[in-house]
This record gives sequence, structure tokens and C-alpha cells, in this order.
Amino acid sequence: MAGFRRLFGSHPLHLVGHLVMFFVAGWAITQILGGGNAINWLAWFIGAALLHDLVLLPVYSLLNLGLAGRARFGRRAHSGRATPPASSTPVVNYIRVPAVIAGILLLVYFPVILGFSSTNYFNDTGHTLTGYTRNWLLVSAGLFVCSGLVYLVRVIRRPASPPTPGSASAPMPGPAGEQTPG
Amino acid sequence: MNTDRIRRLMAEPPPGPFRPGFWRSPLRGAWLTSFLGSCLLILITLVAVTGLISHSAYHPGTGHNAIVPPGGDVGPLISLPSSSPAWAYAFTQGAHITIGLIAIPLLLAKLWSVIPRLFAWPPTASPAQAIERLSMLLLVGGALFEFATGVLNIQVFYPWHFNFVRAHYYGAWVFISALVVHVGVKLPTVRGAYRTHGVLRPLRDNLAQTQPAPYEPGGLAPVNPAAPTISRRGLLGMVGGASLALLIANLGESIGGPLRRLAFLAPRGRVFGTGPNAFPVNKTAEFVKVTKLASNPNWMLTVTGRSSRQLTRAQLMALPQHTYTMPIACVEGWSTTQDWTGVRLTDLAALVGASPAAIVEVRSLQTAGPFRAAAYTADQVRDDRALLALCVNGVNLSLDHGFPARIIIPALPGVHCTKWVASMRFLEA
Repeated sequence: MAGFRRLFGSHPLHLVGHLVMFFVAGWAITQILGGGNAINWLAWFIGAALLHDLVLLPVYSLLNLGLAGRARFGRRAHSGRATPPASSTPVVNYIRVPAVIAGILLLVYFPVILGFSSTNYFNDTGHTLTGYTRNWLLVSAGLFVCSGLVYLVRVIRRPASPPTPGSASAPMPGPAGEQTPG
Repeated sequence: MNTDRIRRLMAEPPPGPFRPGFWRSPLRGAWLTSFLGSCLLILITLVAVTGLISHSAYHPGTGHNAIVPPGGDVGPLISLPSSSPAWAYAFTQGAHITIGLIAIPLLLAKLWSVIPRLFAWPPTASPAQAIERLSMLLLVGGALFEFATGVLNIQVFYPWHFNFVRAHYYGAWVFISALVVHVGVKLPTVRGAYRTHGVLRPLRDNLAQTQPAPYEPGGLAPVNPAAPTISRRGLLGMVGGASLALLIANLGESIGGPLRRLAFLAPRGRVFGTGPNAFPVNKTAEFVKVTKLASNPNWMLTVTGRSSRQLTRAQLMALPQHTYTMPIACVEGWSTTQDWTGVRLTDLAALVGASPAAIVEVRSLQTAGPFRAAAYTADQVRDDRALLALCVNGVNLSLDHGFPARIIIPALPGVHCTKWVASMRFLEA
């Protein structure tokens, strides 16, 4: 048993579980490949993982790095302080949250938003596919506007100058820097 | 290359994402991944169960209904009971699509939370790790394949050459089997994370209180964490916000009625025109080229059983008429509930001397295209609500809705509610 663990790197059940899984998955894959267009299916199956891990994720991570590096904290927090106080309002999240929601809506609904569904949609319904681009743009704009308004309200509700260390004023009430609009 | 050089190469990770210091998000760690994974597991279980229900709702074992060749198929595992309410399939399939959509932001966040492991160095430290990594390809590939094909199918966009039903159904088995093993392997890690941090305790931390998880080699926490710009609950709130947006964007097409217009991105979130026939159409008469045949005044329905009859539409209208309020529910997740009036399938069976054990095969006037014929089980035929509908909402069916006659059966996938019926053949079991 200990010898197996040392050689294999885990419990024997780990091996048995995986073998059963490879058998079931293998059966399912042969059923799909039996339907023909094997290369096309494989390209989709492996391509989906590669596209996500090596394209989508790096792209949104880079966008996030660019955004977070530039706009972590609001202008007010920067005035007079090298490091922003914990209670300042990070503007980055008021851009990031609507951007992520609008981005996921586009990622999921791009066929109707960008018109890839047009032909089949017309054949199915007898009507032309219109209005989806507009809806997505309106909702995205709405998300950014709402997020901006929430940010404005939070900034306005904060005292004009941060309390100096050692002053008698009570700790700042209200949001502690992190919000989840949307 | 000698073994010594290989050993040195393996010990020293190549630059970039293979170096532990490359990944800096302070939010990554066992708790975040465990929490995202737990939420996702609940949603995916529901999607899998409703998906299997949908597979059996087509009754692949009856007549020539099977799309997936029945030889290799395990067959229906979870079925709706035959006495189900008429909205049962609309509910389960609406849930399949809606829950699948709201799981997408969670899936993306879950994959983001574990991405450093893709670049783990050395790529494998043991045979156990090697097979685990191979299983990851099936898990991640399976998940992304299932979600991608499902999402494109509901938008009638098919940029592939394989059969969607076959690939989505068996792709689900690849994904489910890999997921079961993954949950088994990771359960101790999840339990450990919950024991250390509590299930919900990290959600209390605001940005100022957000601390990176302690670094462990082979773990998810960064060795060199950046300052947090969002708390863990902030990240989860953002993910939840995206799920909520997807829910609102689509749900109305599953519920129908006045909520349909709210579904601002759903393909069936539109209402065209007014009147008793102004509800969503799937495949117009024009597109499937039945306009001429279906509007022919000499149309007659051929019913075959122990005897054979030909019935004009007037003769069908003279038979006892029954009205039921039932949805048509599409596999794409949208549905529409209407008042259908027509002749009970049992009455038509009796007319040709078919026994109550008979199944029926129904053919459309369509000469090409999938779903121009379907077979229904004896249980479905015997249901009082199973109709050959002639009218909807008090008026004749429109051409696009299947004039002169269409099948309406409770809890049946929409494409099996055969339109423009030409013939019905009762077959004794």
C-alpha cells in the first residue's frame, strides 16, 4: 500500500476512479466520433479549452491589469497621500463591474447581438433579427451610468478632507472601500 | 539531451506563467475555489438532471424518435411521469437553459481561480498527477464544450458540422464522468478549506480586511500577492450580478406572457403582432415549403389502425372537440401557453379500432427536414389532454402554427408537437 502510494503518488482509489471515468468518457467520445465529423468535434472540444485558457482569460486579465493599474483609487484619494486610505472609494470596481457584466452578456449572446443568428432566426420565426445590438448597447450603457451614479453618491457623501491622524473625529462611517453594484 | 539536463530543466520553471510569482491575485486560494466550485456543483447538477429529463422527454425508444442511435445509448434515466402537469417540460427545460446560463459567470470565475494550476511546473510530479491532468482536459473541455454548444443552440447558430444533439448528449457524459471524479478527488481540499475558513466567513471581509491566503507550493494562493483591489465578496457579488443579468435577459422567454418582452437578449423575447395566432413560431410554413400542401382545401387526414379512415377537416371538426390550456415548450428553453382545441387522440384511435396499448406514428406534410414525423407512447395517446389540435384560442390554427391540424401533447418537447399533420398510424405493441 505504502509502496503503491510512493510509486503512483496517490491512493489506489484515485487510480480506480480515474480508470472508470476514462472508460465512461471514452465510451461517450466513441459515440460522438461514430457520428462522423470527428476532426471537427475534436477541434471544438479541445479548441474550447485552449480558446478559454490561452486567449479569453489572458485577454481579460490584461485588460484588468491595465485598468486596475491606472484607476485603482479616485482622484480625491490621490491628493495629498502616497498610499490611499483603506476607506477611500476604489473607482476601478465601478468600471470593472459593469464592464464584466456587459462583457459576459456579449460573450453569451454574441450570435444575436452581432447577427450570426440572422438567417436561421428568419427561417424559424418569419421575422428579421433586429434590436439585439441596440438592447445590449442600452443595457451596457445603463450599467455604466448606474455604476457611475453610485460612485458619485459615495464620493459626495464622504467628508471633503480625510481626517488627520490623531484628530478627535470619529472613524469615517459608510462604505469601507468596496462595493458590489449590479 | 541527457537526463541530467532534463532534470535541471524540470526543476527550473520556464519564465512567465510557469513561475509561481507570475500569478499575483490575492483573492486566489482554496476557499475561493471551493466556494465557487460548491455553488457551481449545485447548478450543474440541476442542469444535468434537467438535461437527462429532456433526453427522455423525446421518448427515444418509441418509433423512430431516437436522434442518438439507440444501440449505444444508455437510454432514458430520469423521466417525467406520464401524469405530469402539461407545463412539466416547459418547467424542466426552462430550468435547464436558465440555470445553465446563470452558471456561466460562476464557471468563468472558477476557471480563473484555478488557472495557475494549468501552468504548474513540473507538468507532472507523479503518475497520479499525470492522469489527473489528463482528466482536467476532459473536465474543462467538456464543461466549455457543453456550455458553448448549448448557448449557440438556443440562438440557432450552428458553426459546426457534427450533430448537435449527439455531441451535446454524449459531451455531457464526458463532462459528468470527469466531474464526478473531480469532486471525489477535491472533496478533502474543499472540506479542509471550509474547516479552516468557515463556509461563509470570508464573505464578511470588506476590501480593507481582505487578506491573501497563505502560500503553499502546489496550491492556488500567490507566493507574491498584489494588493487587493476588490474583496472576495466583491468578486462574488460581481459574478452574481452577471448571473442576475443573464437571468433577466433570458427568463421571460421561458415564462412567456407579459414577461416575454422583458427578456431583452433572449432569441424568443419578442412578440410579433396581435391576435389569437400571434405567439412564437418555430419553422414557418414558407421555410419548410408546405404552404401549398397545407392550404389545399382538399386536404384529408389518413388515420390507420386495425382499419383505415380518411377524414376531411370538416369531419374532424364534427368529432367531439376538447379544449386544454397547454404550453408548447422548445428544447431551446422558450415556451408559449395557449388554449388548444381539437380531437382527442383516444377518439381517433377508437375510430380505427386501435387498442389502448397502441403507439401512434404521426407524419407531417413536410417532405424534407428533421422532425417531420414523430411517434408517441401508448401513455401519451391515452392522456385526455393529447389532442390533434385544429384551433387555438378559439380560431383556426394559422398556417405557421400547423394548419390544418397539429399534435399537442402535455409535457412534450415542442418539435414533437408535429405541425401540418398528414397521417397517423396506430401501431399495436
